[in-house]
Amino acid sequence: MTVSEVRETELPGVGTRFDFQTSDGSRLAVLVHRSGRREILVYDDPRDPDRCRTTLSLNSDETSTLVELLGASRITAHLSSMQLQLEDLTIDWLEVHPGSRWAERTLQDAAVHTRTGVSVVAILRGGDTIPAPGAETRILPGDRLVAVGQPDGVAQLGSELLGE
Amino acid sequence: MSGVVFLELGAVVFGLALLARVADRLEISPIPLYLAAGLVFGAGGVAQLDLSEDFVEISAEIGVVLLLLTLGLEYRADELEHALRAGTRAGLVDVVLNATPGVVAAVVLGFGAKETLLLAGITYISSSGIVSKVLRDLDWLGNRETPSVLSLLVLEDLAMALYLPLLGAVLLGGSVGRAVLAVAIAVAVLLAVLIGALRYAHVLNRLLAARSNEALLLGVVGLTLLVAGATQELRISAAVGAFLVGIALSGPVQARATALIDPLRDLFAALFFLFFGLQIDPGRVVSWLLPALALAVATAATKFLTGTWAARRAGVGRRGQVRAGTALIARGEFSIVIAGIGAAAGVDSDLGSLAAGYVLLLAAAGPILARFAD
Repeated sequence: MTVSEVRETELPGVGTRFDFQTSDGSRLAVLVHRSGRREILVYDDPRDPDRCRTTLSLNSDETSTLVELLGASRITAHLSSMQLQLEDLTIDWLEVHPGSRWAERTLQDAAVHTRTGVSVVAILRGGDTIPAPGAETRILPGDRLVAVGQPDGVAQLGSELLGE
Repeated sequence: MSGVVFLELGAVVFGLALLARVADRLEISPIPLYLAAGLVFGAGGVAQLDLSEDFVEISAEIGVVLLLLTLGLEYRADELEHALRAGTRAGLVDVVLNATPGVVAAVVLGFGAKETLLLAGITYISSSGIVSKVLRDLDWLGNRETPSVLSLLVLEDLAMALYLPLLGAVLLGGSVGRAVLAVAIAVAVLLAVLIGALRYAHVLNRLLAARSNEALLLGVVGLTLLVAGATQELRISAAVGAFLVGIALSGPVQARATALIDPLRDLFAALFFLFFGLQIDPGRVVSWLLPALALAVATAATKFLTGTWAARRAGVGRRGQVRAGTALIARGEFSIVIAGIGAAAGVDSDLGSLAAGYVLLLAAAGPILARFAD
């Protein structure tokens, strides 16, 4: 995924504004208020490029809904908020390489949890998400495993899945 | 205690409520209306309001403390630090362009040194309350010139932390050495609080963080009054102490305290504006109206220049520059706070009359001019 160059601007007392240029040349920004409210802003007046038009004002639930509709997985938002609460735990997205010894094997074969203490909470496969995969779920090359656990355990699993 | 006290106070607060409603309907700041009400019912006004002075006076002083506390609460320590690093030049331009007209006017009008310093502060400081209301009401928060406007407001905040102790020392009639010492102490305290707030905020915040809103509110107000009282005793001014408490609070405590204290501040600050008006003879305001108008026009122009300059430096286009300029014009609560500190110290009462007219004009004109720029 290529992320457009997002500029971040602090608005003292208000929040933070993130803005970027879309490929058709218009400028889009998201204003994140301290309260968690978000505004989607569009700069589309060629005579006055600094003036924004608020197109949407969203609370946090509505933001999550919009994010889901736009295609990003909602699980991401949940996990990143979890990361804030559980400081000893790491959450990582681990890619499975074809050369890994666990490719084409099940989670049970890999004995992920017993060996590393890491829980695989979801598998991202193509456009799909397999939430809470069972022990018999097969790990395929190209999968991304959403793994939660102690940092060293997650790191160990990560290198195994890379085929190192 | 007789019921008369409640009757009087109830009538006053109810009257203020009606004014707030009118202001909301007209989409203007209520501050000029509170002031005008004070003028009408005060010394030499149309009707005398025989309020129990002590209570209203204390309320007015609490109003000042809460105004400064919420000013400090508005910005986080890292925002202040960032503004100091990034916007110092714009901040200096702001001081030079907007304090100078006050100094010149004071000299031309023949005021003394104390009044000159007061008038410099009165013309310098924009009303962060009115400006942020303008930004919200006109939907300007996301505009690209807005960071420049907000950063100037932050720096004015910080400038107040230096100005108020200096003012305190000068009003006491101390020597130059004393004034320098007072400012040096204030700078040291301010730096200590800023660094402390950045590094050890969690200690203070843990101390105050209570699950119940009631405990948090009482804790913050109690601490603020304690610090305000201590700084007053140290002759640094209660306002500075309250301001520093506001800066030192951060994180969730800051967010919750802001929400809890805002309504309290609205009540006491309204009484403060009224009280300030009560002490002033409206006849004197009228006779000072011409100088006030001239000063208002001049400092509206200098503030406009400050805003456009800061926005231009940030690479904003012409229309955005005009918006940034007009957004900053309004003077309000802090100009009155400064004039009120002067009045309490017994300076030339004509300064209060001039300041009242000046703030009436600019608090009303600022938002209107901004609307025209939109």
